[in-house]
Amino acid sequence: MNTPKQHLIIIGNGMVGHHLVEQLIERGATARYAITVFGEERHRAYDRVHLSEYFTGRDADDLALSDVDWYAANGIELRLSEAVTAIDRDAGDVVTAQGRTPYDRLVLATGSYPFVPPMPGSDRPGCLVYRTLDDLDAIRAAAERASTGVVVGGGLLGLEAANALRGLNLETAVVEFAPRLMPMQVDGEGGELLREKIEALGVQVHTDRATQRIEDGLDAGHRMVFQDDKVLEADLIVFSAGIRPRDELARDSALEMGERGGVVIDDRCLTSDPAILAIGEVALWNNSIFGLVAPGYQMAKVAADTLLGSEGESFRGADMSTKLKLLGVDVGAIGDAHGDRTPGARVFRYLDQLKQQYRKLVVSGDGRRLVGAMLVGDNSVYDTLLQYYSNGLDLPEDPASLILPSSEGAPTLGPDALPETATLCSCHNVTKGDICASIDGGAGDLAAIKGETKASTGCGGCTALLKSVVEHELERRGVAVDRSICEHFAHTRQELFDIVRVEGIKTFGELMAAHGNPATHRLGCDICKPAVASILASCFNEPITDAAHIPLQDTNDTFMANMQKNGTYSVVPRVPGGEITPDKLVVLGKVAQKYDLYTKVTGGQRIDLFGARLEDLPEIWSELLDAGFETGHAYAKSLRTVKSCVGSTWCRYGVQDSVGMAIRLEHRYKGLRSPHKLKFGVSGCTRECAEAQGKDIGVIATEHGWNLYVCGNGGMRPRHAELFATDLDDERLVQLIDRFLMFYVRTADRLQRTSVWRENLEGGLDYLKEVVIDDRLGIGEALERQMQSVIDTYQCEWANAIDDPEKLKRFRSFVNDSRPDPDIIVTEERGQLRPA
Amino acid sequence: MNTATATKTMTQTWQTLCHRADLVPFSGVAAWVETDEGPAQVALFYLPGKDPELYALDHHDPMAGANVNARGIVGDLKGQPVVASPLYKHHYRLADGQCLENPGLRLRTWAVSFKGAEVWIEA
Ligand code: SRM
Ligand SMILES: Cc1cc2nc3c(=O)[nH]c(=O)nc-3n(C[C@H](O)[C@H](O)[C@H](O)COP(=O)(O)OP(=O)(O)OC[C@H]3O[C@@H](n4cnc5c(N)ncnc54)[C@H](O)[C@@H]3O)c2cc1C
Ligand code: SF4
Ligand code: FES
Repeated sequence: MNTPKQHLIIIGNGMVGHHLVEQLIERGATARYAITVFGEERHRAYDRVHLSEYFTGRDADDLALSDVDWYAANGIELRLSEAVTAIDRDAGDVVTAQGRTPYDRLVLATGSYPFVPPMPGSDRPGCLVYRTLDDLDAIRAAAERASTGVVVGGGLLGLEAANALRGLNLETAVVEFAPRLMPMQVDGEGGELLREKIEALGVQVHTDRATQRIEDGLDAGHRMVFQDDKVLEADLIVFSAGIRPRDELARDSALEMGERGGVVIDDRCLTSDPAILAIGEVALWNNSIFGLVAPGYQMAKVAADTLLGSEGESFRGADMSTKLKLLGVDVGAIGDAHGDRTPGARVFRYLDQLKQQYRKLVVSGDGRRLVGAMLVGDNSVYDTLLQYYSNGLDLPEDPASLILPSSEGAPTLGPDALPETATLCSCHNVTKGDICASIDGGAGDLAAIKGETKASTGCGGCTALLKSVVEHELERRGVAVDRSICEHFAHTRQELFDIVRVEGIKTFGELMAAHGNPATHRLGCDICKPAVASILASCFNEPITDAAHIPLQDTNDTFMANMQKNGTYSVVPRVPGGEITPDKLVVLGKVAQKYDLYTKVTGGQRIDLFGARLEDLPEIWSELLDAGFETGHAYAKSLRTVKSCVGSTWCRYGVQDSVGMAIRLEHRYKGLRSPHKLKFGVSGCTRECAEAQGKDIGVIATEHGWNLYVCGNGGMRPRHAELFATDLDDERLVQLIDRFLMFYVRTADRLQRTSVWRENLEGGLDYLKEVVIDDRLGIGEALERQMQSVIDTYQCEWANAIDDPEKLKRFRSFVNDSRPDPDIIVTEERGQLRPA
Repeated sequence: MNTATATKTMTQTWQTLCHRADLVPFSGVAAWVETDEGPAQVALFYLPGKDPELYALDHHDPMAGANVNARGIVGDLKGQPVVASPLYKHHYRLADGQCLENPGLRLRTWAVSFKGAEVWIEA
C-alpha cells in the first residue's frame, strides 16, 4: 500500500530547527513526510553560539551547520529569505509573501529576537543588535566610521558583544541596568570582581544605569541620557538587553501563550493545537524559556519522536549551567548558583582579591549534595563541580576543599571516578556510557567519537573533559591514542627521535620517504619540519645552514637571528655567564652605533641589538666574530643563557665560584638542540641571586659543592625547580646534567619545556632520579656519549656561515635588486630607533 | 622608451626576474618586479621535481603587516602546497594566494616559469 506523504512544515532555520531536520533524517522521516523548511534569514542554519567568530576569521560558510546542498540531497525543500507571515489553522496553510503552502504537521522553531528597551531614539541609525550574521555585517560596517561603541546590557551576550566591539578597535563601554554585571549568573561579590577584571581590559563598565533616551551627540554620533541625567556618548550602540520569543505567529493564530510570551508546549513539544509543535527559544515549557542551545536540541529530539509517533524520552527541562570565557575572563554558574531556590542550603565562599578569583559553593542542608556553584576568574574546577552537581555525586567530607586553593592544585574528578551515567556533553546529552559504547562499537579516535555521538559539537564547553575521558577509555582498552605530530607523520616527536637514531636517518627527505604518512606525504609543514630539524641536530649536529636543512628551519634559524614584527632581526651574541670584558662591550656599542641598532640589556644577562636588516646581518656578524663573539642561539630551541651571580670571587657570602661554573656549563651545552629552549642559573650561595630555581637547570653552591635543581620555569606558568641531587662535585654535576638533558631531548614532546615534560612524566621526580642518578634503565652511559658527541661537533653557526659565499647568498633581501625594503619604517624614541 | 603615450596600458608582459641559482629548493626568496601599479615585492617558491615547480605570490603578509612571506616554511596541508608566514604562521596557498586562516584574504599571485636557467614572470 502506498499512502501519500504528509506535509511537514518547519518555520525557522536556526540552530534548533536545523537540529530537528537532522534528527528527522536520522530517523528516516522523509519516507513519511514531504518536508519544507522556511527561513527568514538569507543564510542556511549556522552556528549562532559561535557567531562572534564571524569577526575573527570565520565566514558564513564556515559557520554553516550543513553543506550547501545537504537539504536538497536529503529531499528537503529549504526556502530561505522567505518569512512565514501567518498560519491559517482553519485551512491548514502557512502564508508567505510568495503564497500559501498546506501543512499536515507544523513546527515552530522561530527562536527569539533581541529586546530593545522602548525609549526615544533607540531606532536611530547606528543603534544595532547582535543576533544574526546580518546584524554583524551591520556592526562591522558601522564600526568603520566609528571610534567609540556602547553595549546596552551587561549580561552574557552583552559582554560578548562588547568583546566584539573591542576587537573592531572601538573604545568600548558596557551599560547595565542592574547594580552588577551578569546579574543572572553572579552575585554582588562575583559581579564586583568581574567588573574589575573587565575594566582592567579597557572596557568601561557603568552599572545601575537606565537609559532614558538617545539623541544627537556632541563629540560622537549619539548621546545616551540616563535616569540621573548623566550622559555617555558613542558612535555606535548595540542593544543586548535580553531576548524575547518570536511568538507572533502563534499569538495571531490563537495558540496558547505564556503570560510573558512564549508558545506553551507539553512534554512532547506539542502546542495547544496537536498538529503544531514548538521547539527552541520560542517554546515555553513549565513556565520557562530556555535560552541555550542544549535544551533546544533536546526538544528537537523529542519533537522528532513525536512527529514519528515513536515513544522516546519526553522533555523534562534542562540544566542551565554555563561556563564561559568573556573578554578572557572565566565565569561559571551551575544550578542554583545564588542559593535562593534551595531551602536550607548552605554556602561556602572563597575570594582571592590578589589573584582575582571568586568561588562559591551551594550545598544541600545535609552537606551531601552540590546544588549550585558560581565561579569568577577561574573555571578550572567547573568540570568537576558540574559532575558533582549533575550526577548527584556524594560530596567530600569537607566540601570547601573543592574551592579552596591547595598546594596540589584543586582535586579533580578523574575520568575514572565518573559513573557511566555521568553526562559529559549537555548540548547533545552524551553520557560517559555513550562514549564507551561508541568506542566499543568501533570508533577509534576522538574525531570518530565526536562524529558518532556529536559530543562537544555544540557549545564546545565539554571539549577538555571529553578528550580526557576518550583518551582514558581508549588507553584502558589498549588502543593507541593518536598523538601524531601533524598530518605528515603518524608518530610522536619521541617516536621520530627513536626512528632517526636507530635507523641513522640524516635528512628530512629520507625520513618522509620511509616513515611519512603515505596518504598525505609530500612536503611536510611548519610543524614537522622544524621538529625534525631539531631531532637531526640533536643526533648529528650538522650545521643547520647546510643546504639539506635550510627548508626545514624557521626564519630565525635560517638567518640565525630573531625576526621582529617589522621583518627586521635582532642580534644576540653569547655572553657566557653574563661576564663580559670592557673591550667587548665597546665593540657591541660600536656595532650598534654603526648599524643604528636599538640596544637593550636582556633578562638573560646579555645584550640584544634590534632592527638589523636581513642584508646587514653578515657584516654585523663578521665584525662581532672578529671581536671574539659567537652566536647566542637566541633564535634557537637550544641553550639560551646560563645566568650567574658574582659568587665567591667578589661576594662576601659566596661559597663557590658561580661565574666560573656558569661559564663552564654554558660552553658545554651551547648549541644543543632541544625540544624547547633551555635556561640555566648558577648561584654562589643560597641567597640565590641568579634565580636558579626558576630555570630548567638550577645550580646552587653549598659548602661542599653544588645542589642541582631541575625543571623550573619562569614565563607564562612559573614553576619552582625541584631539588634533584645535593652536594655534588663538579664532575658529578656535569655528568648528571648530561644525562638529564639528553633524556629530556630524547623523550619530550615538541615545544615542551622541561617543566611541562616533568609534569607529564609518568613516575614523576622519583622516576627521573632513578633514570638519571641510579641509572636504572642502564642508559646513563649512552646518554653521556650522545651528549659528548654533540659537544665535540659544536661549531659557531655564524662562523660556519660567514666563510661560505653560497650560504651568504641567502641574506639578500631581494635576489634581483639591492633596493632595500622601503616598508621598514622607524622612528626615534628615547634616543634610539624603533619600528614606527 | 616611448614617452609620447603617457596613458597606462594594462597589458601584462613577461619579464625576466632572476636565475635558477638564486632560488632555494623547497624554500623561498624575494624579488622586486615591475608591474603596472609600480614596483612590487614577490615571494618566489621553488619545488624542484613537483608540478608546478615555481610559484610567485605577494611577499607582503597583510596579517603581519610586513614583507616576509618568502622567509616562511614551505609545506603542504591536505595535499596543497602552502607557505607559513614566519611572523604569525598564517598559511597562504601557493597556487592562488588564499589565506587558510582568513577566508576573506587572498594574496596576489603571478605566473612564473623557467626559460632555460632564467626565471620569467608575467606582470
Ligand atoms: C630579549 C628578551 C627580553 C628582554 O629584553 O630582556 C626576550 C625576548 C623574547 N622572548 Fe623571552 N626574552 C628574554 C628573557 C626571558 C626570560 C627571563 C630569563 O630568561 O631569565 C623569560 C622567563 C624565564 C623562562 O623562560 O623560564 C622569558 C620567557 C619567554 C617565553 C615563555 C617561556 C615559557 O616557558 O613560558 C617565551 C615564549 C616561548 O618561548 O614560547 C619567550 C619568547 C621570547 C621571544 C623569542 C619572542 C619571539 O618569538 O619573538 C623574544 C625574542 C627576542 C629577540 O627577538 O631577540 N620568552 N624570556 C630576553 C632575552 C634573554 C636572552 O638574553 O636570551
Ligand atoms: C552571540 C550569541 C552567543 C550565544 N552563545 C551561546 C552559548 O555559548 N551557549 C548556548 O547554549 N547558547 C548560546 N546562544 C544562544 C543560542 O544561539 C540559541 O539558544 C539558539 O540559537 C536557539 O536556537 P533556535 O533555533 O531556537 O533559534 P534561532 O537560532 O534564533 O533560530 C530561529 C530562526 O528562525 C527564523 N525565523 C523567525 N521567525 C520566522 C518566520 N516567521 N519565518 C521564517 N523564519 C523565521 C529566524 O530568522 C532564525 O533564523 C548564543 C546566542 C548568541 C546570539
Ligand atoms: S647568590 Fe649568594 S654569592 Fe651570589 S651574589 Fe647572591 S649573595 Fe652573593
Ligand atoms: S556541552 Fe556543549 S558541546 Fe558538549
